[in-house]
Amino acid sequence: MNVEVSGARVLIDIPELGGPVLTQTIVNMWIVMAVIVGLCIFLTRGMQVHARTKRQIIAEFIVKKVNGMVQENMGQKFAGFGPFIAALMSLSALCSLSSMLGMYAPTSDLSVLLGWALLVFVMITYTKIRTNGILGYFKGYTEPIAILTPFNIISEIATPVSMAFRHFGNIASGSVITALVYAALAALSNALFSWLPGALGEILGQIPILQVGIPAVLSVYFDLFSSCLQAFIFCMLTMMYIGAAAAED
Amino acid sequence: MLEKAIVLGCSAIGAGLAMIAGIGPGIGEGYAVGKACEAIGRQPECKGQVTSTMLLGCAVAETTGIYGFIVALILLFVNPFIGKLG
Repeated sequence: MNVEVSGARVLIDIPELGGPVLTQTIVNMWIVMAVIVGLCIFLTRGMQVHARTKRQIIAEFIVKKVNGMVQENMGQKFAGFGPFIAALMSLSALCSLSSMLGMYAPTSDLSVLLGWALLVFVMITYTKIRTNGILGYFKGYTEPIAILTPFNIISEIATPVSMAFRHFGNIASGSVITALVYAALAALSNALFSWLPGALGEILGQIPILQVGIPAVLSVYFDLFSSCLQAFIFCMLTMMYIGAAAAED
Repeated sequence: MLEKAIVLGCSAIGAGLAMIAGIGPGIGEGYAVGKACEAIGRQPECKGQVTSTMLLGCAVAETTGIYGFIVALILLFVNPFIGKLG
């Protein structure tokens, strides 16, 4: 019984350029981005003032939902954040959902999520500086008293790290548990059928019959539900952190 | 050889111990969901808001468990102690 859990496979490795230059993550990420762009073009083709086609109604529904969510959570002042949140959410959801097609999900690679979390961190810092000014931003670290400065700095760094780890941990734990269940089912079906006499038992013991169907139940939770939930949570946290950054005095 | 075996065995034990961190988020999330059920029972009209707030709170409460999981993953798959054997 062998359990194989691996990260992204390296496709092109050039040591002179500092290691791997093309991994599965990058390829799958570009595929997902192409799908999203294609979807956007398809949904918005031939738009009219009054929605007549089905795809325009879908496009309007998505835009309305995202704008409503942004305004509800961040206030009227940040209404322009809609496209950013929608991009983040569609990218995150489709990246995780791509594992249903048997692809390597780019969101189970920590570097992708750290990149997104750093982007969010830059936006939080930018919003803080724009709200309070550069002096007010640095003064914010010494509040409520100056002794707490190190803890404030730690909590500032912990924000992007915990955001990235949360998303990564949820997606990666799903793939680890799925791999474990597959291995266990193979061993179980081997144990169930290998006692049959003669060649019949040998042949049946080699075929992991129990792997049919049972892992689909796990897939519904880990691939479908968890993917959408994590995309939603990542965007909600982004909106809350940016909203809170603007509210400070 | 013996040193390597000891390091590998202790790493496996450490990974198992790290996953004890899963207890905390389990209790915390269960408590949060129970309170959300109470809130929905009292005011069924704000079910949507309660549910989304609960999911967000659960995600934040999950963080410590995720940290434990990542420590376990590091110990199992990118073991940093093997390299220190020299």
